Amino acid sequence: MESKASGMNGASRTDGVNRRDFLKVCSMAAAAVGLPAQAAEKMAQRVAMPKKPSVVWLQFQECTGCTESLLRTSHPGAAELVLDLISLDYSETLMAAAGHQAEAALQAAMKENAGKYVCVVEGAIPTKDGGVYCKIGDRTALDIVKDVAGKAGAVIAIGSCASWGGIPSADPNPTGAVGVKDVVQGKPLVTIPGCPANPYNLLGTVLQYATFGTLPALDEKLRPKFAYGRVIHDDCPRRPHFDAGRFAQRYGDEGSRQGWCLYKLGCKGPRTHANCSLLNFGDVIGAWPIGVGAQCFGCTEKELAFRVPLFQTVEPESLSPPGLYPPVSTPRGEVSPWATGLAGVAVGALVGAGWTVSKAVGRDKEPGAPPDEKKE
Amino acid sequence: MSETAARPIGGRIVTPFFLFLLALWALGTVAGLQRWFGGLGAATAMSDGYPWGIWIALDVVVGTALACGGYAVALLVYIFNRGQYHPLVRPALLTSALGYSTAAVAIAFDVGRYWGLWKVPFYVGSWNLRSALLEVALCVMSYIVVLWVEVSPAFLERFRDGKNEGLRRLAESVGPRLERALPFIIALGLLLPTMHQSSLGSIWLLAASKLHRLWLTPWLPFLFLVSCIAMGYAMVVIEHTFAARAFRLRQETQMLGRIGLAAAWMVVVYLVVRIVDVVWRGQFQAIFSSGRFSFLFLAETALWVAAAALLFSRRTRADAGQQLRAAFLLIAAGVLYRFNTYLFAFQPGYGWTYFPSVQEIVITFGLVATETMAFLVIVKKFPFLGGVPAR
Amino acid sequence: MTGMRRRTALKVLAGGVGASALRPAQALEQPAYPDAVGLLYDSTRCIGCRACVTWCKRANELPDDEMNINGVPYNAPVDLSSTTKNIIRVAKDGDHTAFVKGGCMHCTEPACVNACMIGALKKNPTTGVVAYNVDLCVGCRYCQVVCPFNVPKFTWHSAFNSRIVKCELCRHLPEGPACARVCPRQAIVTGKVTELKAEARRRLSAQPAAYHPQVYGEREAGGTQVLYLAPAAMPPDKLGLPNVGDAPIPTLSHEIHGGIYKAGIAPVALYAAFAFVTWKNRRSQAAGSGKEEGHK
Repeated sequence: MESKASGMNGASRTDGVNRRDFLKVCSMAAAAVGLPAQAAEKMAQRVAMPKKPSVVWLQFQECTGCTESLLRTSHPGAAELVLDLISLDYSETLMAAAGHQAEAALQAAMKENAGKYVCVVEGAIPTKDGGVYCKIGDRTALDIVKDVAGKAGAVIAIGSCASWGGIPSADPNPTGAVGVKDVVQGKPLVTIPGCPANPYNLLGTVLQYATFGTLPALDEKLRPKFAYGRVIHDDCPRRPHFDAGRFAQRYGDEGSRQGWCLYKLGCKGPRTHANCSLLNFGDVIGAWPIGVGAQCFGCTEKELAFRVPLFQTVEPESLSPPGLYPPVSTPRGEVSPWATGLAGVAVGALVGAGWTVSKAVGRDKEPGAPPDEKKE
Repeated sequence: MSETAARPIGGRIVTPFFLFLLALWALGTVAGLQRWFGGLGAATAMSDGYPWGIWIALDVVVGTALACGGYAVALLVYIFNRGQYHPLVRPALLTSALGYSTAAVAIAFDVGRYWGLWKVPFYVGSWNLRSALLEVALCVMSYIVVLWVEVSPAFLERFRDGKNEGLRRLAESVGPRLERALPFIIALGLLLPTMHQSSLGSIWLLAASKLHRLWLTPWLPFLFLVSCIAMGYAMVVIEHTFAARAFRLRQETQMLGRIGLAAAWMVVVYLVVRIVDVVWRGQFQAIFSSGRFSFLFLAETALWVAAAALLFSRRTRADAGQQLRAAFLLIAAGVLYRFNTYLFAFQPGYGWTYFPSVQEIVITFGLVATETMAFLVIVKKFPFLGGVPAR
Repeated sequence: MTGMRRRTALKVLAGGVGASALRPAQALEQPAYPDAVGLLYDSTRCIGCRACVTWCKRANELPDDEMNINGVPYNAPVDLSSTTKNIIRVAKDGDHTAFVKGGCMHCTEPACVNACMIGALKKNPTTGVVAYNVDLCVGCRYCQVVCPFNVPKFTWHSAFNSRIVKCELCRHLPEGPACARVCPRQAIVTGKVTELKAEARRRLSAQPAAYHPQVYGEREAGGTQVLYLAPAAMPPDKLGLPNVGDAPIPTLSHEIHGGIYKAGIAPVALYAAFAFVTWKNRRSQAAGSGKEEGHK
């Protein structure tokens, strides 16, 4: 796609989108992804500049779920994003071109924006057997990603597959699928896991980079802390049920119908870092796994998703107090029956021995004593 | 000769009884290993509610009271000038030395950071002079040294008459100097137990909120001191009677009868102060209305009264068996009084209860067995027993 | 018995011990702590969220008290312990319920400080915080025996690294007590004790009907640096706060034990007496038996 901005190339009025409306879009976008209020103005300035930030979107071993999720955002919507805020120079799903034309667009974008474009990677990269299990335009995914990401300004791995391997990497991982960070080094990298990843996490990251040129604070797994800093358990609306000990035991039982905690059904929420409970999906409130009564399976976590069985419970990352409180006074201290018995035997033996000896002593006459020591 | 001198009893060390004691020692050691390597929680039933258990109440507090025979007899002989009880001094001091040393070992088992115990006598700048426990600790440590110095003449005697040249020279050089210093060492041996036995009672003045009002009194130090002296006399009677029986020595019933009388008078003093204090503090009703505490108080008092009554009776003073039973009763009274103060009447609240664990009991037995074995070996090898007063 | 002690004892007895041996005595000579810091706990504002319990563990690097309830693991301490320096308990009285915080009261005249023979527990001269120095501690646990609030706890599970554990008002953190920092309802407040007392009075006068009209700790045990406000329907004793009286806990011990050993006079005098009498008696006993006999 050429950088045909139907947007704001210095003009205050273009194609029926005026500056005020555009600022509104920017404000919405900024607010939605948690950027400060001034970001909207800055965003408008940036996109008013001759060039909108260039984004190249690669897709490998994936289901396209992450792209699909992105298409279902509303603030900003995909249209505003693609048409007004960024220049999506390569996307196999969305671009009109195909075949050689598509490849040419990719090369042109890379040349024009070398060192500045954002490379978004969706899907895992097979590494076994020279990576032949995914080839596009006769190049292996491995080669493509090394080439394209190698010249990018920043790399964003969208979805669990690109972040750590996802479904393709599930045992026995026949293709040797890995995430981007295993094949691309030396570039600022952000991973946004999830299956699919929450599109607003991507938007926030991309827009921050596009507006300010910086990436959000990342944790040790290179996930933005603003989205992956806490576990589902800590923001879950069903948490009071967990604390109070109210659990659904089977699908459709009383607890299930009451919306009780799904921990005993194997919910991985207590160990899964994500913000699904806060943002939900598809801009529909309650549209997320636990919200519809299905236990979280930890789709963002490499150790959990597609590894730990669905119904197997996990130890929470950190323990919290239950809905019960210790009373002011509670009986404590064990009395061992063995010890009681032993003590009883010992005391009895001492008393008995004392009595016996005293009797014996009383009977004894002193050896060799003169008779003045007579007892009555 | 004005009196028959004490002599080593001789005889086989390894007797069936000795083997029995050895077995107890072995069991105690096994339990002890669990305490050393597993920590106090693994081996004892002590808890945050009951941080002191039978190792303190029995091994240390009762143990040192039972080891007050030396102190009690020394008072008679050296302060009240009853020289005729002289032959009782040596064995009593040996029992005391061993008893206090055993109590020190019990402390090493009981405290949680025993590797820091050496700091107590040496970190003078850190001493908290308000703490009754500091007084007890320093006093007991010093008293153990004093006791062993006091019994050393018996060892030196043996070395002097023995075959080992080096030991003989040691005895000959140290002996006279020790002899000259003895009055001042004896005086220490009288002062120190006066101080720490009363402080064992003072310890509870700080825990006033947790001690039942039938036992909480400003007279605690006095009561602990007097009862310990009485127990000391009773121990002399018991120990002398057992030794006479075991080693075929003179029974000395009359002399022991008079010792028993001294004990009885101490009990009278104790009882007067105890009862008057309880009534004066307005707790007379409480004696009968405190449920199991009433039972414990009355049992304790009954034992004291029975012991004193028996010890006063002329029949008892002439009957060795009766004397022994009276002494046992007195010891039981003293033990119960200390157990009541340190365990039964201690109410930490918040639902806590305590009963010693098997390991605590086994280690206690092991300690007593070790002490007894040491006693047997020493009296068989060194001149402690058999001294008879002048007629 | 010994002159000094008998005299003191008789004085106490005759001086009207009266109905109880625990008569409030004159205050002990104590340095004042004008800059003492502490906590104010307001039971009426506490909702039992236990953020303070969790944060206290984090701030002090203490492990969770893991408890399985119906197969689900929780962090559920039941009492102060070697892993819990702060606890929230629930007190019930008929229909009334209230939460109570448990932890070191940082008494002005602490029993534990008086007890510790080697000064492992000491009050900071400025902040008045009762601090624990493990390097001096021998683990005798006398402090546990004497504390009327049952605060100091011991690491029973440890064989080679045992110690006493109790709240020290986060003296190792420059930002101060974690419990006060995290409390979402100002149920735990920290600051200088003078300010806390003023705040307590403010709360009492702002809503007199909600509170029991007493600041527990203002006078109890001679004054504590951790103060409590109780709900009207649940006075302090219903909350499990012990009725310890107004005298500092060490009063009785100081009077008796301190009186007996004041300036070391009694022991020295007694020793002199013992030494003299012993020396005299031994000479007479040796002379009486006709020859210089030793300690046979």
